[in-house]
Amino acid sequence: MSFNLESVSFYYAAKKIIDDFSIDLEAGKFYGIIGPNGSGKTTILDILCKHRQPEKGAVLYKGKNISTYSQKQLSREIALVPQNFYINFPFTVEQVIMMGRYPHIPRFSAPTAADRKCVVDIMDQTEITRFTNRFITELSGGERQRVVFARALAQDTPVLILDEATSNLDIKYSLSLLNIAEQRVKKHGHTVISVMQDINLAAVYCDYLIFIKGGQIAAHGLTPEVLNPETIEAVFNVESKVYSETYCDALQVIFKK
Amino acid sequence: MSSLADIESSNLRNNLREATITQIALLVVVLGGVIIISTAMGYIRLPAMDVIKVLMAKLSGRTGLIEGMDRIFPVVVFDVRLPRILSAAIVGAGLAISGAVFQGILLNPLADPYTLGVSAGAAFGASLAILLNIGFMGTASVPLFAFIGAVVTLFFVMYLSASGGGISSTNLILSGIIVAAILSAGISFLKYIADEQVAVIIFWLMGSFGSKTWANVGLTFLFVGSGFLIFMFFARDLNLMSLGDRTASSLGVNTKKVTLILLVTASMVAAVCVSISGIIGFVGLLVPHMMRMLTGPDNRRLIPISFLAGAILLLAADTITRAVLPSEIPIGVLTALIGGPFFCYIFRQQQKTRKI
Repeated sequence: MSFNLESVSFYYAAKKIIDDFSIDLEAGKFYGIIGPNGSGKTTILDILCKHRQPEKGAVLYKGKNISTYSQKQLSREIALVPQNFYINFPFTVEQVIMMGRYPHIPRFSAPTAADRKCVVDIMDQTEITRFTNRFITELSGGERQRVVFARALAQDTPVLILDEATSNLDIKYSLSLLNIAEQRVKKHGHTVISVMQDINLAAVYCDYLIFIKGGQIAAHGLTPEVLNPETIEAVFNVESKVYSETYCDALQVIFKK
Repeated sequence: MSSLADIESSNLRNNLREATITQIALLVVVLGGVIIISTAMGYIRLPAMDVIKVLMAKLSGRTGLIEGMDRIFPVVVFDVRLPRILSAAIVGAGLAISGAVFQGILLNPLADPYTLGVSAGAAFGASLAILLNIGFMGTASVPLFAFIGAVVTLFFVMYLSASGGGISSTNLILSGIIVAAILSAGISFLKYIADEQVAVIIFWLMGSFGSKTWANVGLTFLFVGSGFLIFMFFARDLNLMSLGDRTASSLGVNTKKVTLILLVTASMVAAVCVSISGIIGFVGLLVPHMMRMLTGPDNRRLIPISFLAGAILLLAADTITRAVLPSEIPIGVLTALIGGPFFCYIFRQQQKTRKI
């Protein structure tokens, strides 16, 4: 078991953002979180990585309350690709990716050969090797997002949290990065928890979907069981048709305009 | 393929590390040279060899070295010039490193040690002490009041900008500007009602290293030295914090704690510098900004390099006003007059070379 959320609530300036949220997330699964803008998706991710503490309820990670872990311990367990990835100072791409190794390198030590190999391999895998010595401040939004994704992969943690991590990427790199994430789930039993806007992309990759509306769980379950016109209507207020597509071996959705 | 890239990138890193060590060694030598040369310069000119002899004699206790030398030389070197020279170097170093740290925390390459209103607070405290002619601490009263003014301002600014989710950099900059504006109106009022002391207030505000003592040197060294160690301890965390709050905390940084420690330390370092020397602008903005072009943004390199460069720069400026110019002009005015236009120049150059 990876996470247990027990009736978690979170308020922001007296407004309830997350309301009585309970769910168990197993290790070795690809989870998708889907919901309208402002429904509390990012807040849930913040609570999962202890960036925010819930006012009520408890978050357990591997059976222990997440507040008993130090920030340092968690950084070896959970990696995050945030939604906002603006960086103000001209670090090189290689330096940024090496920062993903910091949780594994003692404060005053230099990176080991293994750390360096990890960085080189990740850059190779994510096809950003040609940016190695470019400044992060000079890259386009999409290129920067790929670097940030690679930085989280370099952290090499059993849990990877993605907050709309492919929002700025073209379809080629969206697929290629999500394939890497999926591989880690299948091969190494890692857990991926991803907020996604693209329901069709979510349907292809996620084993399990969690629909959120107004800070509450509207529906959750295995993708084939929960992805249907009724759920989409209830969460987004849009009419749709869900069908099984053999080309990508998954359910797909088309919407009525 | 991958092993080739591996070798190349590790070469690059080694080169970078070697370059940093070379730069540090070079700057240490330059700083030593500037200290000796500026000790030799002044109203009484001393041969540089005599300065070295006096220093060696004091450090090793072998008085034989200074036999046959003019009796006044050791006094000039040790009691008059060195305290001033070392104060200038330490204050320069302190302003530069606290500028580097402020720029890192506030994610703004144009922040400086005074961004949070520290200088306005110090100026207000000093003006008040001069106006009320407070003298219970002797000559230490004005610096003490300046320090208290700076620290009170700092905590008020932090209180103003604190929200549930910690302290945001936009809030800090905004609160700093508001509080500084109020305080500078207060200073104007104090000057208006000051009558005779107005000249003393104005002179203090423009900064000076005249008549510094070994006590001043010791105090600034204590604060700036411990500040430097604290900054170096958190330098790697500061790098991570430039990736944003969420990312830094997911990489193991307790962002609220580190922000608080660094803000308070950097402001304390700036406050001590201001209280010793008056307000000296542009060193804290210019030095880290220029050094970042040399070292890149990695704070583990930027902070020590800025430390040395700040010391050299401010000492050189102080020596120019003390020993080169026909009459001494206030150091704060000199740094702003030279530093300001120079900053405009490099800033413009950067805009031109920027591709996007």
